[in-house]
Amino acid sequence: MTAGLHVDLTVPGRASVRLDAGPGTVVAVIGPNGAGKSSLVRALAGLVPADGTAVLDGTDLLRLPARDREVGLVFQGQLLFPHLSALDNVAFGPRARGRARREADAAAQRLLDTFGVGHLGHRRPRELSGGQAQRVAIARALATEPRLLLLDEPFAGLDVTVAMALRIELAQHLADFDGVAILVTHEAIDALTLADQVLVLDGGTVAQRGTPQDVAARPATDHVARLVGVNLVRGAEEFTTFSPRDVTVSLRRPEGSARLRWSGSIASAQQHGDAVRLLVDSEPALLADVTPQAATELGLAPGREVWLSVKATAVSRYAAHPDDR
Amino acid sequence: MTRTGRAADPLGRPPLLLLAPAVVALLLLVVPLVAMLAAIDWASLPDDLASAPLRRALWLSLTTSTAAMLVSLLLGLPVAWLLARVQFRGRGLVRVLVTVPMVLPPVVAGVALRSAFGRTGLVGAPLLDATGFAFPFTAWGVVLAHVFVSMPFVVLAIEGALRTADPELDGAAATLGATRWTTFRRVTVPLALPGIVAGMVLGWARSLGEFGATITFNGNYPGRTQTMPTLIYVTRQSDQDAALALSLVMLVVSVAVLVLLRGRWLGTP
Repeated sequence: MTAGLHVDLTVPGRASVRLDAGPGTVVAVIGPNGAGKSSLVRALAGLVPADGTAVLDGTDLLRLPARDREVGLVFQGQLLFPHLSALDNVAFGPRARGRARREADAAAQRLLDTFGVGHLGHRRPRELSGGQAQRVAIARALATEPRLLLLDEPFAGLDVTVAMALRIELAQHLADFDGVAILVTHEAIDALTLADQVLVLDGGTVAQRGTPQDVAARPATDHVARLVGVNLVRGAEEFTTFSPRDVTVSLRRPEGSARLRWSGSIASAQQHGDAVRLLVDSEPALLADVTPQAATELGLAPGREVWLSVKATAVSRYAAHPDDR
Repeated sequence: MTRTGRAADPLGRPPLLLLAPAVVALLLLVVPLVAMLAAIDWASLPDDLASAPLRRALWLSLTTSTAAMLVSLLLGLPVAWLLARVQFRGRGLVRVLVTVPMVLPPVVAGVALRSAFGRTGLVGAPLLDATGFAFPFTAWGVVLAHVFVSMPFVVLAIEGALRTADPELDGAAATLGATRWTTFRRVTVPLALPGIVAGMVLGWARSLGEFGATITFNGNYPGRTQTMPTLIYVTRQSDQDAALALSLVMLVVSVAVLVLLRGRWLGTP
């Protein structure tokens, strides 16, 4: 199989990643800071040296200089050229690749129109809002008609409503994009709404891979469990997850299985929807949602010692070591 | 000395230990110029300014300084770019080599230039044999001396300017398919332009005031190698008033350039 992207690369000291994605696939890369997400993206773009291979439609990217890779990169923080107008930013790529000015400008204008910022072509980046600048940055990356699109935290730093609107737009564009797209993100919602495939990185290696639904339902890392808002109890052979809603909080030791019973003191208590979400520093640390009334009656404030339990019917268990890692 | 009606600095008054030296420094810089203006004989000024040697020297100074600035830019910008953007062995050494002429006494620079480009010099002798041309005692020699002493200023100023242009933008340009030359032309230089212009002005001003290396390398031939500083030096030995008048011209030219460029390029903090 040669179409699509087949990666087996190592960025020395940073990340070691294997990844296969067919044409038209969107891969979400998630993981905590320092997990190697940016290193992977920058290695694919040619901005940091890497060993191994990264074969895109039959060509090994790692043997090519950055400018010959036909890879589009949307940088964290946009990184638009501050001295060029939005239109010139988008036309930069086509012109650098030798297209005539008029032709490049026309293509850039079409892309800006597609992203709903066609009327802002004359503006400098500093005259654009965060959401507008990010649209220009995505248009700029797409202007060279890349076969691999890399998006490094495209929603970081945008306010919530702007990020949501852009997410919906981006979903539509990615659906039309027939190359491979890799989306580095901090948000579970990006992985769930935009991606066909999720790659979880932790400490520079792949901790888990699968469909978004799979990864969300059976998280293998604390980071992902926290992102999707579930509790994860990791045993040697078996992992157990359950929702904070299904946790019962009591002041006395409850009856029932010792395996589904923990004690600890409340580390924090915060409003979460119409419930109060407690973080308890049990072993492991767990989340529990209680009603505001219960929180008041039981005096569930930080520092209070509590017992947590969950019914066996409310947990889901899965093997700690699925075959494909 | 706070003005009345102005709110006191919330951090407290500037300490006298800093204020006093600052005032002394300002006086040190301003008093000589004021004294010079005071000493000028304004009655004889028109005559002094009408002299042919002055016009020739001023013209030579302006043209050679401008030529030196352009050469420094053409050769110095690439050096600055290499220092700012390319990792290579011996980069530190290159920076030291660039800096040496800056700290060298100009007279020594003149002697060194003689050794290299004099009629019997290391480069000068073969050049003379091959082309019949020798640098010393020509306007080209003046330009060469100017370039030697002013290019270090230009290189270091421009290197600083290039470093302020985010190198990540070079990466962005590369992913868009730009060669390094395209990136240099369309991203790096436009972003550093104010700093580049400031560097050029600095180099130009250094050339305009250059005396030691120029006179050592080129002598003092009116109309050919006699620049304003050498003319002032020579005139002063016979006619104080004329020297003052010439100095005034230099002062006006320098201040004019500074003012012209300040609003446009150098910016006010």
